[in-house]
Amino acid sequence: MGIKFSLLSVIALMAAVFVGVKVAGLHYFFGVVVPYAALATFLVGFIYRVLLWARSPVPFNITTTSGQQQSLPWVKQNKLDNPSTTAGTIGRMALEVLFFRSLFRNTKYEYHEGPKLRYQWEKWLWIFGLLFHYSFLVIFLRHLRFFAEPVPGFVHSLEGLDGMLQVGLPGLYITNLIFIAAVTFLFLRRVVVPQVRYISLPSDYFPLFLLFFLGVTGIIMRYFSKVDVVKVKELALGIVTFNPVVPSGIGVLFYMHFFLLCVLLAYFPFSKLMHLGGVFLSPTRNMPNDPRMRRHVNPWNYPVKVHTYEEYEDDFREKMIEAGLPVEKESK
Amino acid sequence: MAKVPKPNELVFDYNPPQKWWMDTKPEFRPGTWCYPGKAKNAEVLGLPNPREWSPLDEDWKLPSNWKEIIFEGMRDCLNKYRSLRVFMDICVRCGACSDKCHFYIGSGDPKNMPVLRGELLRSVYRKDFTLAGKIMGRIAGARELNEEVVKEWFYYFFQCTECRRCSVFCPYGIDTAEITIMGRELLNLLGVNIDWVLGPAANCYLNGNHLGIQPHAFKDMIEFFVEEIEAVNGIRIEPTFNRKGAEVLFITPSGDVFADPGTYTLMGYLMLFHEIGLDYTWSTYASEGGNFGLFTNHDTMKKLNAKMYAEAERLGVKYIIGGECGHMWRVIQQYMDTMNGPADFLEVPRSPITGTVFDNAKSTKMIHIVEFTADLIRNGKLKLDPSRNDHLRVTYHDSCNPARAMGFFDEPRYVIKNVCNNFWDMPPNCIREQTFCCGSGSGLNTDEFMEMRMRGGLPRANAVKHVHDKHGVNMLSCICAIDRAVLPPLMDYWVPDVDVTGVHELVGNAIVMEGETERTTDLRGNPLEGMEDMSDEDL
Repeated sequence: MGIKFSLLSVIALMAAVFVGVKVAGLHYFFGVVVPYAALATFLVGFIYRVLLWARSPVPFNITTTSGQQQSLPWVKQNKLDNPSTTAGTIGRMALEVLFFRSLFRNTKYEYHEGPKLRYQWEKWLWIFGLLFHYSFLVIFLRHLRFFAEPVPGFVHSLEGLDGMLQVGLPGLYITNLIFIAAVTFLFLRRVVVPQVRYISLPSDYFPLFLLFFLGVTGIIMRYFSKVDVVKVKELALGIVTFNPVVPSGIGVLFYMHFFLLCVLLAYFPFSKLMHLGGVFLSPTRNMPNDPRMRRHVNPWNYPVKVHTYEEYEDDFREKMIEAGLPVEKESK
Repeated sequence: MAKVPKPNELVFDYNPPQKWWMDTKPEFRPGTWCYPGKAKNAEVLGLPNPREWSPLDEDWKLPSNWKEIIFEGMRDCLNKYRSLRVFMDICVRCGACSDKCHFYIGSGDPKNMPVLRGELLRSVYRKDFTLAGKIMGRIAGARELNEEVVKEWFYYFFQCTECRRCSVFCPYGIDTAEITIMGRELLNLLGVNIDWVLGPAANCYLNGNHLGIQPHAFKDMIEFFVEEIEAVNGIRIEPTFNRKGAEVLFITPSGDVFADPGTYTLMGYLMLFHEIGLDYTWSTYASEGGNFGLFTNHDTMKKLNAKMYAEAERLGVKYIIGGECGHMWRVIQQYMDTMNGPADFLEVPRSPITGTVFDNAKSTKMIHIVEFTADLIRNGKLKLDPSRNDHLRVTYHDSCNPARAMGFFDEPRYVIKNVCNNFWDMPPNCIREQTFCCGSGSGLNTDEFMEMRMRGGLPRANAVKHVHDKHGVNMLSCICAIDRAVLPPLMDYWVPDVDVTGVHELVGNAIVMEGETERTTDLRGNPLEGMEDMSDEDL
């Protein structure tokens, strides 16, 4: 549910920019005020959310073990899927964060008459998930050329690598294509697979539309409408150096693009996008599987009422004596 | 009791309903829900709102301020468990977990997809604890808490066996067992629970074990198995009970004392310990390895588990060996030391036979019998005749909790391969960390839930059927007492001709004991391969 609502929301956001900039002339508002507000919301919101998580303790070591444990010396441990040391846990987390290890295990279930169940190869979500996140990262880093003067060397190298197809002018970036393709895949998957559609919320579609139009407006600016990048850079540098300026002559498309980014930033801390931070704090992944070796301490561990051996013996003393079981006391 | 449909009568429909999930209600159809907790059991455990009630009634007799109780309870859990906070916030509903749940596969009910099971709780969390949910309501995936929601929670949090298979596949490690545990914690605040969990927990609290076996009867039952063993190989074993000064305290689930085929596993333990001359004792007070408190709430789990260390301290043993059980080992591995430790009065476990020091249990001081036995075999301390299991063609079911809370995979396989000549694993998507639940864990192993048990057990049974058809497998081994109780009916239902055994029953068959008479039968009295005529003569 919520596909239309999400799509219309994003279109409304862009329309607001159009009206705001074209009709009301709110260049300063969309070029300076909103970006600062969005960035502040993102930073404060992100940190607040992470602190909120971190404030709750991890009372138990509830690692999900996905491989052979450390056991007897001759049993080969799976040190990355079931680490027992800090180094192994860092390795596990690195695989998880950088390569989506758990998602890589994904299979697809199929029911056949009989019944006969089958589990098929299914790596599409993993592939497109990775493609999406990495192309987004590269695009993000490439954009640093607008925010830094001189442009850092690695940004140039990245641009060179990304544009190695050397098609068109300005040169086509591979990541732009991948990004749009991946977002489209993630959207279509949500719509086409009935089960995934059933579980989807507006808050699943909204970020996808936001990202899609963010990409599309960027692509149009770069390849078709040819935005004045010098002026854009002037505005961007003004923001990061806290000397905001709004050069005239930047098209409305840029303000749309910029505003969608601001919405994404401001929306981030209140949404599922927080999985960026949350994955690092997930207690089933970020602890070594060592609770039998090292005692895990629960800060709120409190005593509970137990049924003691003495009470138990009081209940059963005669029967125990008769059965020849040893007792602490011969009578109450 | 509900009539259980035949396998060919079950319908599997994976098309989601027309209505959105917030607009559908569970149908309390016989066979899909468990009987409610009885007042007397809730009273024994000191649980809130003890009363007689039924899920079929309109009025569940909740406390008048129940909404406030849930709200406060949820806040309390959010402040106590980072897992809950993080898992409430970060699910992206990618759906990778959706078809990993045996209950979803078996029922097709979308609310059995782990992601929606989580949303059942998450939707209420959003409404009460997030700004977006408060303002935007449904659009933000939030919904009002009402009695229908509580009924839905009851239905679906008692259709999850806390097996954690979905958690292996989740890119953020969201663990639905954790969500179900919190859900049941909240439901118990209202007195909403099932008697198949409460009854055993109350029994365990008062009598020392889930089945309510009193001390004298416990001793009698074990002595009965002593006679059974003597009938098989002429060896007379003399177990001791509540004996102070023993080196080891042995604790196993009471299911092994009570019913076939767990009892044969228990005979295996007795034979092994006798043969190696282990200085150990049973306890009638800590006579339960399992812990149905885990399926109730945190406090009950801690209450029941406390007996293990308390009894070890009272008896003055050096360390504890635990029997073959699934959720028991979840509690021992991930909760016991934290809740009821540190066990400073115990020593780091050291096998008196091989000298091996079990550093992997140096804090908890409790080792798994299968790792203990694997070490004995590795060091050549057992005389084994695997041909005594030649009449069996064996596969192995990784029990959920030792699999996904420990990573206990190669030790049991090592033991099995040393005591059996015919072993085949099931396909890789169905074993080890990807193992499928028996469908009856977390206290759902009750008869009135049979249809869902058979449905939920289908993925496990289907994998067994695969090796049964391909390799003629006729014995399903496992290291879990609930498995030993529930897999036999599951096999009867989906794969007749396959029987169920514990690993130590296979050990008991194979172990060559000093001074034993020649065996003609296995521990069950079935003739050994090549001995069919001999046993006929005996008869």
